[in-house]
This record gives sequence, C-alpha cells and structure tokens, in this order.
Amino acid sequence: MSEPERKERTALLRPRVNRGRLIVALLCAALGFAVATQVHSNDKGSKFATARQDELVGILGDLSERSDRLRSDIRDLDDTRAGLRHDTQGQAALEDARRRAETYGILAGTLPATGPGIELTVNDPQGRVHAASLLDTLEELRDAGAEVVQVDEIRVGVSTYFTDAPGGGTMADGRALARPYRFLAIGDPHTLATALNIPGGVLRTLHTSGAEGVVTQRQKITIQAVRSP
Amino acid sequence: MIALIGLVAGVVLGFVLHPGVPLWLQPYLPIAIVAALDAMFGGLRARLDGVFDDKVFVVSFLSNTIIAALIVFFGDQLGVGSQLSTGVVVVLGIRIFSNVAAIRRKLFQA
Repeated sequence: MSEPERKERTALLRPRVNRGRLIVALLCAALGFAVATQVHSNDKGSKFATARQDELVGILGDLSERSDRLRSDIRDLDDTRAGLRHDTQGQAALEDARRRAETYGILAGTLPATGPGIELTVNDPQGRVHAASLLDTLEELRDAGAEVVQVDEIRVGVSTYFTDAPGGGTMADGRALARPYRFLAIGDPHTLATALNIPGGVLRTLHTSGAEGVVTQRQKITIQAVRSP
Repeated sequence: MIALIGLVAGVVLGFVLHPGVPLWLQPYLPIAIVAALDAMFGGLRARLDGVFDDKVFVVSFLSNTIIAALIVFFGDQLGVGSQLSTGVVVVLGIRIFSNVAAIRRKLFQA
C-alpha cells in the first residue's frame, strides 16, 4: 500500500470533524431523508397524485366522455321505461320485443335481411382456394363490419365453419360450395370494399394463390338464406 | 464516514417520521434527488481519487439539485415539463453510471 493511499485509508476511518465535513454530512442526511420521503409518498400515492397535468387532463377527458355516454344510455332507458309505463295495452312492450327479436334474428341468421352491401365473386377455375382462404375472407368481412353474410346458398352464423372436401373443393357447414364462390355481405359497401382491397389483403392473397376476386358494391343486397334456429 | 452516518441517519429519519411531500415540491423532488445522487457519487469518486473537497461537494450538491428542479419548473411553465424531466433524468443517469464505473475501477481495479 503506497503512502498516500495509507493516509487516505486512515483518514477514512478516523475523520476529523470540522465544519465542512459536518455540512457534507448534513447534505447527505438531507438526501437520505428526501429519498425516504419520496419513496414513502410514492408508495401510498395513487397514480393521480404523481400524474402530470396533461395526463390528468387526458384522464378527465376520457371520464367525461364516458359519463356522457352513460348519461345518454340513462336517457334512452328512461324513455323506454316511460313508454312502457304509459302503455296499458302492452303495445309498446310488444313492439319493443318484436323489434329486438328481429334484430337478434338477423344477427343469429334465422331471418332474411336486406340492406346495402357488397357482392364478392371469387373465380377459382383451378380449385386453388382452400377453406382457410375462405375463412380469412369471412373474417375480413366481419372485421369490416359486415352484419349479415351469405356464402353461396349458406347463411353465415357464429358457428359457421369451412372445410376442404376430400375429393377437392371446399365445404361450408358441411355442404359443398359451388364455384365460383359468391359472398353476399350487408354492411357499409365502401368500408367492406376497402377492407377487401387493402394491399396484402384478401384479394391480393387470392390473386397470388391463382384465384380472382371481384367486388361489386350494391345499394341493395337481399339475403334470403336462413339458418335453422 | 461521517457523511455515510448522515446518509443513514437521514434515511432512518425519513422512514420514522415519514412526512408528506408538500404539494409545490412534488414535481421537483424526484429530479432533485436524482441530481443529488449524482453529486453524491461524484463526491465519492473524488474521495477515492483523493481530491475530495468539502466546498466543491457542497456547491455541486446544491447547484445540481437547484438547477435540476429549476429546469423542470421552467419546463412545466413552457409546457414541456415531462419531456425535460426525462431529459434531465437521462443526463444525470449517464453521469451517475460513469461515476460509478470510475468508483468501481478504483475499488476493484476492474
């Protein structure tokens, strides 16, 4: 151990107490105190206590938007309740129930439906399209907000499945699909067409696998096929 | 040594008393602490290099904390408080790391 180093070690072990040292110790104590305080307040503080102003403004905005939505829900429900209360013959309740049954019937696929939408025809002369591609197409339509979909003569419901038939071709819900595959979808025609046409999307994929999809936007699509309840 | 005692005493005192942080100090205390940590490691490094000076330590400690808090304060006034405090923490963090690296080299010769 060299001489200055030894001196330093002894100084470390036996410090002279003078004003400068004391101030240093005081500052260190202040630092320790501040750390402990901060750690403690961080522990118990909720996320709002430490959030900055802009974050708080964002949270507040979200909350007021939510409360607006809930308030309008309350208003709707109040209206419904007032209608039901005034209606002695049960006419409004019946009307309401019928409307709801119709909505659910359309969603479940047990009622025919009409509305704007698209028609997608997939020409697949060589039989290159597999069940997976058809499922992708259906999922894309659903993602784009298609409310009612029909494939060939089969109404699509929540449990619809596609399979590759043993002898070639594809089946939906256990029934063979005729080529060209024809999808009818009710929803916003523009959104549906855009969703199918995005780069790398369904139509591109079909094109690379050797099939050709054609989308036609229609103001009126009638879907007659229904699922048995 | 006496500094270490002070540090431990401060931590103990803070945990025993656990006072709340005053509202006006809340945004600046964390930054000030990081700045003070930087000053502390700088002081430790100087100590091991044998060039420690009380006055330098006190001045750097105070100026570090005050400037760090001031930067955040001005950032808040200008509307870029969170970005500026991130910047300050990054800079101080780098300094702390380089100081600790120097201390490590001094202590373990590695």
